[in-house]
Amino acid sequence: MTIRSTSETPDDGLVRLAKAGDLEAFEALTGRYEQRIYALAMRMLRQEQDAEDVTQQTFLSVLENLDGFRGEASFSTWILRIASHAALKIIRKRKGLNTVSLEEATEPSETLNSIPHPEFIADWRHSPAALVERNEVRRLLDDALTRLDEKHRLVFLLRDVEGLSIQETAAALDLGEANVKVRLLRARLQLREELTRVLGDPGRQLVRSPHPHE
Amino acid sequence: MKCEELLAMLNEYVDGTVDPAVCEEFEKHMAGCNPCQVVVDNIRQTITLYRDGQPYAMPVQFREKMHDALRKKWKEKFPVR
Repeated sequence: MTIRSTSETPDDGLVRLAKAGDLEAFEALTGRYEQRIYALAMRMLRQEQDAEDVTQQTFLSVLENLDGFRGEASFSTWILRIASHAALKIIRKRKGLNTVSLEEATEPSETLNSIPHPEFIADWRHSPAALVERNEVRRLLDDALTRLDEKHRLVFLLRDVEGLSIQETAAALDLGEANVKVRLLRARLQLREELTRVLGDPGRQLVRSPHPHE
Repeated sequence: MKCEELLAMLNEYVDGTVDPAVCEEFEKHMAGCNPCQVVVDNIRQTITLYRDGQPYAMPVQFREKMHDALRKKWKEKFPVR
């Protein structure tokens, strides 16, 4: 009896079928991830052609390397890893650099001690639910993301947008978990700062006291 | 707990992976430190906004082009015998 893939079939089931030559299963996997990969690439690169290149390269690479995928990581971590490296390659190329691994690109000073302090602190005027649909907010989010260093941006996108765990993000980017945590904190703080400067209520801005409390 | 210490634990607190004893300290600090409370709120809102934001839709034409390329590659990998 032939096992047919359905929308209910978990990723690893589809991977097994695809490895055995089931095109339908491979197309189901592609359909499940293509939008996510494209959106991630757009957020990393902000350029349609580059995002399309990353997406297509990612799925071609999945097809090519499917036999080597042993399922040590989940399929989602694996495919996000392929897409992340493809996006980084384009960024490095834009900068005229040869491919540098993420680990090498880390400055030794990147520790918890060098985390910048929040400066503009204020409640937001509107809830995220009220903001999310607005076009100007989308632009604000994209601009703030673009100003993040790509190594912080990628950690934020994988962890907070794609929902990978710290461990999975570390595995996807070949980084240590401590390194992922520091980058995530930096990314979150920088994005908070930029968003709050625009979305915060200046009338309710708080000034940090020189910490009299313990 | 000082503001700096809170900052260092921010990820774990926001992600709910902080040790319960530390969590209690964290919340005690926030109850007496409005700026830290607001920073934590801001961070949560920032994450929500990115997570719930409209993703870029993949162009339909590109999707078709990519699927053609994938089918072609598939045939090379699994030639019909």
